[in-house]
Amino acid sequence: MNTHAQTTGLRLCGVIFAVLLSFLVNAEEVSRQEIKSLDEQVQDVKKDVLNLSAELARLEEKLLFPSNTQVSLFLSMHEGDDFRLDSVQVKLDDKVVAQHLYSFRELEALHLGGVQRLYLGNIRTGEHELVVSYAGKAPAGGEYKRSGSYRLTKEIGPKFVEIRIAGPESTEQDIQFRDW
Amino acid sequence: MRLRLFIAALWLFPLAAYASVRPHQELRDIFYGEILYHAYQDDFFQAISHLDIELGQHRGLDEPELDSFHWHRGQAEFAVGDLELYYRMHLRAGRAIETVLASNVPETERNEAAFRLARLYYRKQDYVNALHAIELIDGKIPKNIQSDEQFLRAQIYVAVGKFDEAITLLKDLGYDGAYGGYVEYNLAMAYLQTAQAEKAVVTLDDLGKVTSDDEAVLALKDKGNLKLANYYLDSGDAEKAGYYFSRIRLDGPFSNKALLGAGWVEIAQKKYDRALVPWSLLHEREQTNYSVQEAMMAVPYAYSKLNVHGKAAIMYGKAMDVFAREVDRLDASIKSIREGKFLAALVSKQGEKDKNWVVNLRELPDSPETRYILDLMAAHDFQESLKNYKDLADLRQHLTIWLQNLSVYEDIIELRRQYYEPLLPGIEKQFKKLDSRMRLRIEQRDRLNERIRSLLILRRPEYLATANERALLDRLEKIRVDIEANPDAVTEETLYRLRRLRGLLDWRIKSEFDQRLTKAYKNLQDLDGLIDDLNKQYRAFVRTRQAATQSYEGYTIPIQKLRTQLTETEAKLKRIMARQGRVLEKMAINELDRRRKRLEEYQIKARFALAESYDRASKQQQKKALEQAASAAEANVDEKVQP
Repeated sequence: MNTHAQTTGLRLCGVIFAVLLSFLVNAEEVSRQEIKSLDEQVQDVKKDVLNLSAELARLEEKLLFPSNTQVSLFLSMHEGDDFRLDSVQVKLDDKVVAQHLYSFRELEALHLGGVQRLYLGNIRTGEHELVVSYAGKAPAGGEYKRSGSYRLTKEIGPKFVEIRIAGPESTEQDIQFRDW
Repeated sequence: MRLRLFIAALWLFPLAAYASVRPHQELRDIFYGEILYHAYQDDFFQAISHLDIELGQHRGLDEPELDSFHWHRGQAEFAVGDLELYYRMHLRAGRAIETVLASNVPETERNEAAFRLARLYYRKQDYVNALHAIELIDGKIPKNIQSDEQFLRAQIYVAVGKFDEAITLLKDLGYDGAYGGYVEYNLAMAYLQTAQAEKAVVTLDDLGKVTSDDEAVLALKDKGNLKLANYYLDSGDAEKAGYYFSRIRLDGPFSNKALLGAGWVEIAQKKYDRALVPWSLLHEREQTNYSVQEAMMAVPYAYSKLNVHGKAAIMYGKAMDVFAREVDRLDASIKSIREGKFLAALVSKQGEKDKNWVVNLRELPDSPETRYILDLMAAHDFQESLKNYKDLADLRQHLTIWLQNLSVYEDIIELRRQYYEPLLPGIEKQFKKLDSRMRLRIEQRDRLNERIRSLLILRRPEYLATANERALLDRLEKIRVDIEANPDAVTEETLYRLRRLRGLLDWRIKSEFDQRLTKAYKNLQDLDGLIDDLNKQYRAFVRTRQAATQSYEGYTIPIQKLRTQLTETEAKLKRIMARQGRVLEKMAINELDRRRKRLEEYQIKARFALAESYDRASKQQQKKALEQAASAAEANVDEKVQP
């Protein structure tokens, strides 16, 4: 009988404790100090990750894309050109090295003057054939497709080529290539 | 109260996003263009990461002015601070801007830096430092930030209680500029703080009449009307309050509050039947909304005031059912949050694609009822915590991928080592052979060059004799030596022939000396060209051999170091992320708990109101029955009385 009463008492205490605990958890407010301290810690870890990102980028460049073979192809659009670019394909020496379908945000970034790195790779020194094709919708409606080629000369240093494309209503040339 | 008004104004501050990043001139560096591409997509991590690399490389150059990045350097120094600000790295952003302030820069740049610093402190709600920073501005301000500076200054003045100064600035800004709507709202708040209620009312009234296509301005217009309506409701002028409630759009973010308020305006004028019009509309809306839940109690209240107690009782009963169901949903939501489903849903990729992702979270299996935390989610602290949590989740993904990449790099390095190491000894041997041959040829060329130079000073035609001529000369010399040893064996004719041959050879060699020297010089130049080609090949060979060696050597320690750093950072990040997650869960649970308590209060009130309405309805029914019985009895008596 006593044992039973003790067990019941313990159970009751347990239930009360659990209820109290749940009340405490519910009542626990988040202080501004806690938010501020956490925010500072988050900023600190962001700083660490950014530093690591820079170090990794340097390592990757040295290991995967050494300057004597490195080639980068960039894509840009004339600022203010409202051509709706859908896709781009790039062939280097008759081999497709890059193709991209554009999201709204990417397109907006290009319209604002951003430059997209379309391809980063390695090639031998010497002459190479670069062929770029793109497709999209003209502001007046209808498909718009163009393509152009460029003879790329790779020397000892890294090679950077900008591919600047234009829509049907632009006064610019369809595709312009520029060595940087 | 002041703080609340002010925070509202803070979130209405229109941001001129990316203005600092956007080049002021034609793009002169392709990598800066790439940074813009990331920044314009709000991919601030990539933008800052690229900008850090470019700035680091640029600073390390001996002649940075030869690097095309120098055209954008000044702007990049600013941009990094702004991008860090967008990425919520306020501490680092502040330091970057302070560096610009401390450096010897032109007045306009210095003022722009002070403006950015002030804006940074303002957004962090550190108003004293924001005031200090804005007061550093002295002299010429760049044209593109002049009105931004004035508006920010006004906001800071409001925040620190300098209302009169704020009013002067806001009035000067005018209502028609880029801050149209925001100026009126802030001005009205400043008037209210300086007990100039009449001016505040006039300003809010003007704001309430603004026409615009901009949804944010329209929301502000509704907010102004709501503020005015509540002001008049509190001061007992129900008619005016009703007028301003009616100016609020029925599909705007303040429509529920407006409908609720419009009902109370009618109640205040004892027009209970008219109160039912807006409330009935509200009654049909989303049941998790504060105003809708209040309307569920208000509608039966109006019916009871109209003495329609039966209908009131039924509606109280329905309200109780709804409240009970909502309390259950809230309990389930709290449970789901405690099980970690809320955090999992927050970082789901769906959120990035779906504009209404917060609302649609509730559609996910076992996810909490997120409509209850919409207000909380709009709050500054929750937003900041949520963004931090999402940023941490992204960073965690980066770290995981980078750690995997390191293993792949090690595999690549090992494969390269296995390929190149057996080849290198053979290549080295060939290289040494080539090297010694090259040296020999270069020495020969140098000797030849020396000889041609000496021929220009001292004429020695025999040096330019051909091999054939030299062989002939040797034969003639041998014959001469033989004749000397045996002079009797030859005739005079032989001697004559010998001299003639010798003379002929000498003539040719000497007379052709100038042409031969020119030819020799030309040949030397051709040889130089060949040696240059050989040198190029030699250097290419050296580079290739070096590249082969460098493709697998010297990576072990950096990779080990990076792995350790990545692992440590990942552990640190996970710790912070867990804490950040707990804070978010706590905020959400607290909010849900508050809503549950409010619903429980409504349940109690509804229970009493139901009992009362039921009681009154019963009494009404009894009274009616009694009256009917009395009139029936009366009719009966009348019948009996008739003869």
